[in-house]
Amino acid sequence: MIPPPRVDESTVVLGIETSCDETAASIVMGGTDVLSSVVSSQIDAHAKFGGVVPEIASRAHLELIRPVINEALDTAGVDPERIDAVAVTIGPGLIGALLVGVAVAKATAFALDRPLVAVNHLEAHLYAALLDDPNLEFPAVVLLVSGGNTLLLSMDAPGSYHLLGATIDDAAGEAFDKIARFLNIGYPGGPAIDRAARRGNPRSVDFPRAMLHDGYDFSFSGLKTAVMNHVRKNSDVASDDVAASFEAAVVDVLATKLMRAARDTGARSVVLGGGVAANTLLRSEVDRLARAEGFRVALPSRAMCTDNAAMIAAAGWYRLRDHGPSGLEIGAVPNLALVADTVRTNRAAPGRDHR
Amino acid sequence: MYLHADNLDDTADIARVIARFLRTGDIVVLAGEMGSGKTAFTKSAAAALGVTESVTSPTFNLVHTYAGDAIKVHHVDLYRLSRTDEIEDLTIDELARSGVVLVEWGDVGDDVIGDHLEVRVAVGEDDDERDFALRPVGRRWDARWEKLRGALAGHMVDDWSGL
Repeated sequence: MIPPPRVDESTVVLGIETSCDETAASIVMGGTDVLSSVVSSQIDAHAKFGGVVPEIASRAHLELIRPVINEALDTAGVDPERIDAVAVTIGPGLIGALLVGVAVAKATAFALDRPLVAVNHLEAHLYAALLDDPNLEFPAVVLLVSGGNTLLLSMDAPGSYHLLGATIDDAAGEAFDKIARFLNIGYPGGPAIDRAARRGNPRSVDFPRAMLHDGYDFSFSGLKTAVMNHVRKNSDVASDDVAASFEAAVVDVLATKLMRAARDTGARSVVLGGGVAANTLLRSEVDRLARAEGFRVALPSRAMCTDNAAMIAAAGWYRLRDHGPSGLEIGAVPNLALVADTVRTNRAAPGRDHR
Repeated sequence: MYLHADNLDDTADIARVIARFLRTGDIVVLAGEMGSGKTAFTKSAAAALGVTESVTSPTFNLVHTYAGDAIKVHHVDLYRLSRTDEIEDLTIDELARSGVVLVEWGDVGDDVIGDHLEVRVAVGEDDDERDFALRPVGRRWDARWEKLRGALAGHMVDDWSGL
């Protein structure tokens, strides 16, 4: 194994991400200084696929990964030899998509004779807020809401975190997407609901807030069904009002649980992440409630909320510093869990008492 | 075969009975409108196969794999996919080699999914009522079909009353 390099403010990490809808690469120095962050939809090669990257198609990632990495190097003005380590998402995600990133990362690390670092995509989302606000105060609670995930975590320090709760059925972003399609108000669903809700009355329908006072887990499947049943029975209802009332129910549950978690864990900061963190009402509600109770608030920019490779490089920097490199024998792990990783991470952080 | 569920317990029971007949290599295609209960059906079936983790919607992640008692359970969702090559890239047949596969919105991939059991579900007159239509596609269910009918006799009705 390659001996661990020095890991400090000048350490340059190439991050590679192919687990999701985007092929992405980024150059980050010192864990927080983003020199470049390229996602495939920004570059010309994207046009080849008619504007839609079929995220499950590993061949799309395969065709895009080299141009995306080259663009990341060019934009950063960094020579490949300047890269100190290569960080890559190994899961969770689809095996075919993950394998592209893992294979390219291994080959790059081997060719440059640099260490390789395996990164959990979900853990990486926790570092996105640090990229926008390197002075984030810990402990923090993080609400990670996207199409595929709704997770509530507490974080004592970079690399030390644990899962408080998660959705037991649909993710919040999925509910936005499906209700938008059901109401026929446009795509993608998140921004469409956001726009419609600004025009509607959030108090026109009192939709259920599942498990509002019950633990840290979430459930949005019943809300989705309630919205559809309401529209089927009231065909004259205004879709702006339905969108606003639906959004109010989702945000109410998310914000209530996030704030309760912040109080219960003695957090100093409240952090949003994931694509749904771009939602106007969620941002304003979390900002308002958190400030009222004296918490610091971190609302990452949209580019940092959504999938990107800068957060992979950042997570890789911390992982390299705290745990050293991964071996070249690593493989893609489609079902990589956050929880199992957390246990190891917490054990490796002595002196952190968080029971 | 047509089935009727008066309530959520009936639906869970139908899922459990069907799950007991599943073995490695089986593909169950779940068809039905949004909110008809395809994920809820999968939750009950997976629990019957010994899955203890919480089964969540795979709409965005496309495939979730769970460990059951003696079998893997692959939960697939084609909701976001429309093109045949995208569906082929999920390699549903390959997944079936290592366990059972339940495919939500599977009817959009009918052409590329091999032998399977189709379970069509529709919301009944009451919010909690469901109507089911079960149909084997291919020969894979020939030997088990009569036994499955027998096991589901308590829920059977003569006609499809779904929407």
